Amino acid sequence: MLLSTVILLPLVFAVFIAFWPQQRTLRHLALGFSIIEFLISLMILNEFDPGSARLQLVEKFTWIERFGIQYFVGIDGISLWLVILTTFITPIIILASWTSIDTKIKGFHSCLFLLQTAMLGSFLAMDAILFYVFWELSLIPMYFMVGIWGGARRIYATIKFFIFTMAGSVLMLVAIIYMMYLTQQATGVMSASLLEFYKVKIPFVAGTFMNQQTLLFFAFALAFAIKVPIWPVHTWLPDAHVEAPTPGSVILAGVMLKMGTYCFLRWVIPLFPDATEYWSWLFLSLGVIGIIYGALVAMIQPDIKKLVAYSSVSHMGYIIVGLFVLNQYGITGGIYQMLNHGVSTGALFLLIGMIYERTHSREISKYGGLASVLPIFTIFFFIITLSSIAVPLTNGFIGEYLILLGTFKAAPVYAYFAVTGVVLGAAYMLWMFKRVFFGEKGELVKDEHHPLHDLNLREIVVMAPLLILVFWMGLLPNHFLNWTKSSVDHLVNNKNKYYLEIHENKVAKGSEYAN
Amino acid sequence: MDHSILMAVLLLSPFVGFLINGVRYKQPTYKISGGIATAAVFISFICSVLLFSELIGLPADQRKIHVKFFEWLNVDKFKVDAAFYVDQISGIMILIITGVGTLIHMFSTEYMHHDKGVTKYFAYLNLFVFNMLILVLGDSLLTMFVGWEGVGLCSYLLIGFWFTDKDKAAAGMKAFITNRVGDAAFLLGMFVLFSMFGTLNIQEINALAPTTAETSWLGALTMGTMFLFVGATGKSAQIPLYVWLPDAMAGPTPVSALIHAATMVTAGIYMIVRLNPIFIVTPNTMLVIAIVGALTALMAASIGITQWDIKKVLAYSTVSQLGYMFLAVGVGAFGAGLFHLMTHAFFKALMFLGSGSVIHAMHEEQDIRKMGGLKKYMPITHWTFFLGWVAIIGIPPFAGFFSKDEILWMSFHSPMGHPVLWAIGALSAGMTAFYMTRLMCLTFWGKSRVPKTVHPHESPALMTIPLIVLAVLSVVGGWIGIPEVIGHTFGHIPNYLMEWLHPVLKPIPNLTEAEHSLEWGLMGASVGIASISAFIAYHFYVKSPEIPGKIANSIKPLYELVFKKYLVDELYFKTIINPLIELSRKVWFYIDVNFIDKITYVIADLIKGGGGVTRSLQTGNVQVYAMYIAIGLVIALSIIIIK
Repeated sequence: MLLSTVILLPLVFAVFIAFWPQQRTLRHLALGFSIIEFLISLMILNEFDPGSARLQLVEKFTWIERFGIQYFVGIDGISLWLVILTTFITPIIILASWTSIDTKIKGFHSCLFLLQTAMLGSFLAMDAILFYVFWELSLIPMYFMVGIWGGARRIYATIKFFIFTMAGSVLMLVAIIYMMYLTQQATGVMSASLLEFYKVKIPFVAGTFMNQQTLLFFAFALAFAIKVPIWPVHTWLPDAHVEAPTPGSVILAGVMLKMGTYCFLRWVIPLFPDATEYWSWLFLSLGVIGIIYGALVAMIQPDIKKLVAYSSVSHMGYIIVGLFVLNQYGITGGIYQMLNHGVSTGALFLLIGMIYERTHSREISKYGGLASVLPIFTIFFFIITLSSIAVPLTNGFIGEYLILLGTFKAAPVYAYFAVTGVVLGAAYMLWMFKRVFFGEKGELVKDEHHPLHDLNLREIVVMAPLLILVFWMGLLPNHFLNWTKSSVDHLVNNKNKYYLEIHENKVAKGSEYAN
Repeated sequence: MDHSILMAVLLLSPFVGFLINGVRYKQPTYKISGGIATAAVFISFICSVLLFSELIGLPADQRKIHVKFFEWLNVDKFKVDAAFYVDQISGIMILIITGVGTLIHMFSTEYMHHDKGVTKYFAYLNLFVFNMLILVLGDSLLTMFVGWEGVGLCSYLLIGFWFTDKDKAAAGMKAFITNRVGDAAFLLGMFVLFSMFGTLNIQEINALAPTTAETSWLGALTMGTMFLFVGATGKSAQIPLYVWLPDAMAGPTPVSALIHAATMVTAGIYMIVRLNPIFIVTPNTMLVIAIVGALTALMAASIGITQWDIKKVLAYSTVSQLGYMFLAVGVGAFGAGLFHLMTHAFFKALMFLGSGSVIHAMHEEQDIRKMGGLKKYMPITHWTFFLGWVAIIGIPPFAGFFSKDEILWMSFHSPMGHPVLWAIGALSAGMTAFYMTRLMCLTFWGKSRVPKTVHPHESPALMTIPLIVLAVLSVVGGWIGIPEVIGHTFGHIPNYLMEWLHPVLKPIPNLTEAEHSLEWGLMGASVGIASISAFIAYHFYVKSPEIPGKIANSIKPLYELVFKKYLVDELYFKTIINPLIELSRKVWFYIDVNFIDKITYVIADLIKGGGGVTRSLQTGNVQVYAMYIAIGLVIALSIIIIK
């Protein structure tokens, strides 16, 4: 019952909070809940067998028998850390929003927990319809989060976000239904189980577009590409980030974007191996374009948040490249980079939120000389900057290095282009850092009527876990990679005939399973 | 003591120093902070000496102490340990880093005492030493790269130490980003080597290195070594990536001594020497290295002649001397390169600290036109600087003579060398003698041009002791590498350094027996060129100070070009940086704002329009609906009938 507990507990929390009568204790309650949720999710590590590539802690119940739709959840090395990342980042977000969210607190926390359920469900669902439900569910709380607690152009941003994402998902729904139909054709029984999908051999014709596998491939890939987002369907992201409140940005960058990259790994690559291989050049190119394009455009942004948003486009480009080189280095690096990006970009948005609370501005040109006024803030920001530009011994380096190594081994030409991101990344981050923190004090910094205060204890507590992770993941990557190794090896070694078996020993008691 | 403990203490001592000073970074107590930091590096120095003496105790072909702490990264076939090893090459390096490092920390304690950020300064300086030790000791290219980027980071922090000054902050940023260009190439070099050898372990790569030379320019190993060399041009300030080093003088002067003269900037040479078995079999890369080195030596020396800022002169001198080292390794004389690295660490650190002492005495004045005659106010600084001067211009028997002569001789004699390379080297040596003498004259000798308000004074002992120690090293440092031709003449003095390095350096292929008369001749020529240049400079700047101005005026366009550093910075801005920023604005405006978003608006409008059309069908009028049903029925029936 562990996985179901992890998925559904936040939903219970969301409802509970919606009915909680007291405004004053609401934040404490929510924080407590989120920490409980995090601790429970850590129990997964206890139960998880890192040596196995199989699907673990499986729970399976029939939902709609006629169409073979089940409530089917399970976890493996690919989803493990993303689940922990999701539960880890939520208490941080709640604590970070302590003072910044001051209207409709109840609704905000309900949204947050609902979102948590949706994201965890998307990572853990092994049934296509169940997955689709969670995937779509994640849109609604995010829509409100931007639309209610966001900035001046929040309505525009949130509708853009919604329309972009919906456009992708609709095609995916058609593709899912078609996959169910194909499964029935192949096995005689209709099923929405991903494990059954894997067994279907889908006809593929190289060189043409109008064949089943290619069409299905693109239907799924488009939905996920928008979520990632891959260039050129990225333009919803900067707007959403700029208008979203800090917690929304953190969740968006920290976890939601990873739903896209994760699903490439869970759905697209194993389901459509021929199309993946055939079209990998396209995604490698788009990834590399994203790396360079995101970095260049980040460089000239006048708004810090928009700069970080475009840097996300660049970082997510790395992940896409890593996944599509289809070797251990690239995919391991891609998974690691998903976590890194969650930690470092999440942290950047938190820090930007903290300074925004003080000055109500994110315009780079109005800052300057912050380093001499806010030393602790500066140190924190600097450490996260290092992580973001992948300096060795920070988490970012491991991911970026493995991705570039994998790319070089698979297709050097992409590595030659991707490696420019190493330089451009340093350029836009350090240039921004210089303009905000160094030099003479800018107009917002020298205002004597409103002296700026350095981070308070709450804010330090918010940042501490992320800062620790930056170095922990950079210095001892094996602590994390050892858990994903088997699954990645299994995926790479069987990428043309991928299958996933259920880890019998760890199947939760009381659930029925047919395999 | 156990090796692993020695190694751990060696590495971690500066790191602990960094943590202690880092936590108490606001304290203004310069004695305590400086004391902690100096002690931390000194402990490392003791460990280095102990490890080095253990190396000496081992048989010549087994001189290697390897310590593995833990497995760092392990993905598929890619395995890298947090492991470190001392051998003949890294043994010399750790002695230089921690030895010279201790002296510079000591000097800094006094030099930085008035600065509010003194504790932060020492934290950074310790962190630098820690990273530098990782760089030289790492047993794989990736561990080396950790230190490689780490020292770059510390360099960034220390160049921009006075960050409230926008230009200094910009200099730090420039250093980091320029270095990043090199680092990107270093990454590619690593990937090539890993693809070839299946490992990044330095010893394994060296053992697997092919024995026959790769002649193709596009051969895999040639590409790999070429990428690594591009990485080296970043860190070691060679053409085309040298532009950051002169700007790096924005940092405190002892930083320039430690990082931008003695240690970090030599990392590129060190890396090539450490990997000499793969470089020696890629003659094309070697040729490029030698040419780049020689040209850098010449170009930087020529700029050095025209500069008025005491630190800028030394900075260009450093770029030039690093060029010599690359010339050495480029012609296969790895030992000579390492030798010059060492002697240069002594005399250049000495001169930077000496300039620090002068700047200190002159109340932060760096323009040598406002100095002169400082000899009588600052005798210790003057005499130690004097010894550095004779060492760098290559007067026997001072340190620089032996190492520089070895490089010039090998650039002529080695089959990978060429008389033209020798000529460029000798010309640069003449220029070096000229600008260094000019610096001596304008700073210490001749008439005083010191403003009345300034009262120069000798620096306190904490600053002069390091100067004296480094001066002694600048005198005797060369005696461990006395070339055979001289050693033979004056009885049987062995070349200790070359014997020591012999087991870890690959010999130059097809190297013929040296012709002693030729060697003497070339040696005489280079010493002669240096002496004459020095004499001319002395004449110009002490005896007839009006001449240089006249010469400069008579060749004004050329002089201006050199004085403005050949306008390379301007060129980079014009051809790379500004166009890139312009391009960024354009792609954002045309692609994001005006194309992709426009498409989405069009789609949104279409949907809206489509919605409008279908909405108009739903009038709410029952008769109209009945008509729709009737039309539908007719169409459906006709389809069935026609079929």
